[in-house]
Amino acid sequence: MIEQQQTLWSFMTEQSDKLLTQTLQHLGLTFVSLLLAIAVGLPLGILIARRRKLAGSVLGIAGILQTIPSIALLGFMIPLLGIGAKPAIVALLIYALLPIIRNTYTGIVGIDRHIIEAANALGMSRTQVLLQVELPLALPVILAGIRTATVINVGVATLASFIAAGGLGEFIFGGISLNNSNMILAGAIPAALLAVILDLLLSGVQKLDFRKLRKIRFLFPLLILLVGGFYMIPGTSDTSLKAGFTPEFMGRMDGDLGLKSVYGLKIHTTVISDAVMYKAAYEKELDVISGYSTDGRLKAFGLTILKDDKGIFPPYYAAPIVRQVSLEKFPGLEAVLNLLAGKINDSVMTDLNYRTDYLKQTPERVAKDFLISKGLYKSPRNGHAGTIRIGSKIFGEQYILAEMYNMLIKGNTDYEVATKTGLGGTKICFDALRNDQIDFYPEYTGTGLLVLLQPDPKLVKEITRDKDRTYSYVKRAFQKKYQIQWLKPIGFNNSYALMMRAKQSKVLNVTTITELRNYIDNN
Amino acid sequence: MITLAEVSRNFGNTRAVNNISFTVAEGETLVLLGTSGCGKTTTLKMINRLIEPDAGTISINGKEINSDKPEFLRRKIGYVMQNTGLFPHYTVAENIAVVPKLLKWDKEKTLGRTLELIEKFSLPKDCMELLPHQLSGGQQQRVGLARALVTDPDIVLMDEPFGALDNVTRSGIQSEFKALEELKRKTIVMVTHDVQEAFELADRICLMDHGKIVQIGTPKDLLYKPVNEFARKFLDSQRLALEFKVITIKDIWEFLPVKLIKSEERALSSSTDVWSAMERLSSAGDHPVELFSDLETQQAKRINFQELSTAFHFYKQKAKHD
Repeated sequence: MIEQQQTLWSFMTEQSDKLLTQTLQHLGLTFVSLLLAIAVGLPLGILIARRRKLAGSVLGIAGILQTIPSIALLGFMIPLLGIGAKPAIVALLIYALLPIIRNTYTGIVGIDRHIIEAANALGMSRTQVLLQVELPLALPVILAGIRTATVINVGVATLASFIAAGGLGEFIFGGISLNNSNMILAGAIPAALLAVILDLLLSGVQKLDFRKLRKIRFLFPLLILLVGGFYMIPGTSDTSLKAGFTPEFMGRMDGDLGLKSVYGLKIHTTVISDAVMYKAAYEKELDVISGYSTDGRLKAFGLTILKDDKGIFPPYYAAPIVRQVSLEKFPGLEAVLNLLAGKINDSVMTDLNYRTDYLKQTPERVAKDFLISKGLYKSPRNGHAGTIRIGSKIFGEQYILAEMYNMLIKGNTDYEVATKTGLGGTKICFDALRNDQIDFYPEYTGTGLLVLLQPDPKLVKEITRDKDRTYSYVKRAFQKKYQIQWLKPIGFNNSYALMMRAKQSKVLNVTTITELRNYIDNN
Repeated sequence: MITLAEVSRNFGNTRAVNNISFTVAEGETLVLLGTSGCGKTTTLKMINRLIEPDAGTISINGKEINSDKPEFLRRKIGYVMQNTGLFPHYTVAENIAVVPKLLKWDKEKTLGRTLELIEKFSLPKDCMELLPHQLSGGQQQRVGLARALVTDPDIVLMDEPFGALDNVTRSGIQSEFKALEELKRKTIVMVTHDVQEAFELADRICLMDHGKIVQIGTPKDLLYKPVNEFARKFLDSQRLALEFKVITIKDIWEFLPVKLIKSEERALSSSTDVWSAMERLSSAGDHPVELFSDLETQQAKRINFQELSTAFHFYKQKAKHD
């Protein structure tokens, strides 16, 4: 435990620059959006307190906005506002709106009506009643709303890293992708501390004698502005091209680190979620992104892969990995699974992914169409010779593969099939396999090597130069270490790739990563 | 002078105030009396436009009240309400200074006037910096009065000003209120459902029922010349007590035995009501004799309790036959 803490501590000191920037970005995002939410929410709250008939619909709309999943909301923002701080702030603003509107409304409506009557009867104008009576008396309730909004915003701001707006989410989601607990904690602990500290501070403000508060209340917007000012809006780049990489890509040797050390690529980079990355490239918010070479969106958004001429991306050939025990328990399974071996190359896989991701066809239909076209489809035999459990990770390609295996097994054997698709990530999938929760799932050689086996970096460099050496290394090591079999590769290589819009690549005459570096160096 | 002419106001389908007209003379105290829901409070609030009438006109000194912004009208009219309506986030001094601030008085003038009122309402000197909730109910009501009177408005509207107080505190403040120089010159319209209070404070009473005026007149008129059954019944339960309060020594002067003596300085005024005279006589103990003087005739009479009640009885007999 102590060791764990020390390594976390050393990680945090090592990355203290990044940590500080991210924390300030986080605070900045939170406060800028909060300020805007107050600027929008307070007048709205006052309006509906004046015109109660509007209250239902305004609070209803704010409530509905609140329920939109954050990722979806961020996704909607890209076509409108691009990526970076702007859409993140707008999304945060939307989440902060409801507590502020609602508490302003409740605070004002809750004031003893005799006090308002007295204010009117003494001859105060509407504005005077509002500023001198209603707002001061509603202030504790309004502050409670702002407090809620602040805590919500600190939490949601972690998601800002999905759309290249920075914040502590960079560490958190980078750490999750890289299976690096220290990185996760280095983001999560400061984020939690921020929430707790801000909550305490605001509860202190709430308890302040409002008479004293009255004299310094004008300081609050100032303070919020000041903290908001810390936030430097990213996107001002010194090169003409902008790159957006996933948090996972940022932290990997066969990712951004390799690009820097092997190619010497110096490009202005922002961190972004792969859920919105392709779209951002399509919308010309980004020029270079770190995609997957068989991703369907490559086709959908007209992107092209830059050739990895120095070979830093290891091969990621897909093949089913099966428990040794299961192969023995279900004779004939291996032969059925190998029916797919060598049948799907990169462009075919990209096309299949395009059909599900972009044309919105079901994985089931895409799988069936493909098997029929290859003459591999057979009607299910509906046998009862035992159940084979198929796993898959949580992205389109894996669903399609799982569906194909499902049909092949049902058509060629008497076994039944149970699919456990959508397992959230390599670690979860692999743990399910090792713990006899599933019998097999499609895995990639690069992942097997770098994420699961994690051998010495020198050895990695050595073996990843060649796809066959990689395959035979993981096959041997898995057999020995886990009693898990790698069957024959399916054919395609879903590796990391740098990609650009096809048009831009043509215009700039950049087709390889080296050319990209040269282009950037010369501009 | 306040004039209401054929004023009506509806709330939904109910006619809260139904075509009423009256005039309040300068310096007069008119009490709007009636049960809850009779329209008295609505009538009051229409005078400073907290409620706007649906029909009819209201004018002050001949000028229609809706000729200017309601704020400007209200700043010229004092307003006292049952729940004090003090601002809980303002100190006593700040509460009193609300209207002066709206009228942009300079600070010294406001402070001087505030101190004067605090003295007049016998509020503790150190209450200036206290918040309303730190005061007793009676003190809060006094601050409410001070706030209404701080700019010395010609007109004061009062909505059940003593309604929230307990009996002891109420009668204390009521007598203070009556004695207050500050209020003697003012035109006051007050709402109450308390008959005793109405008789104690009113120059004239406007008895209302179902949004209409039943009778408007002096307390004596209401007691002895009720216009209908409702007006009579309204006062019946407290008739004797009211009579004691309405009838003065002067009224029964002719029925008091003639024991003329030389007028003395100690003599009580003949405008003292019978109730107060009785109180004085009964507290005199072994010597139930007291002097009363008629200022006009410079006469003084020495009477005892028995003589007083006999004279009161005779007066009532006579009033009945009038």
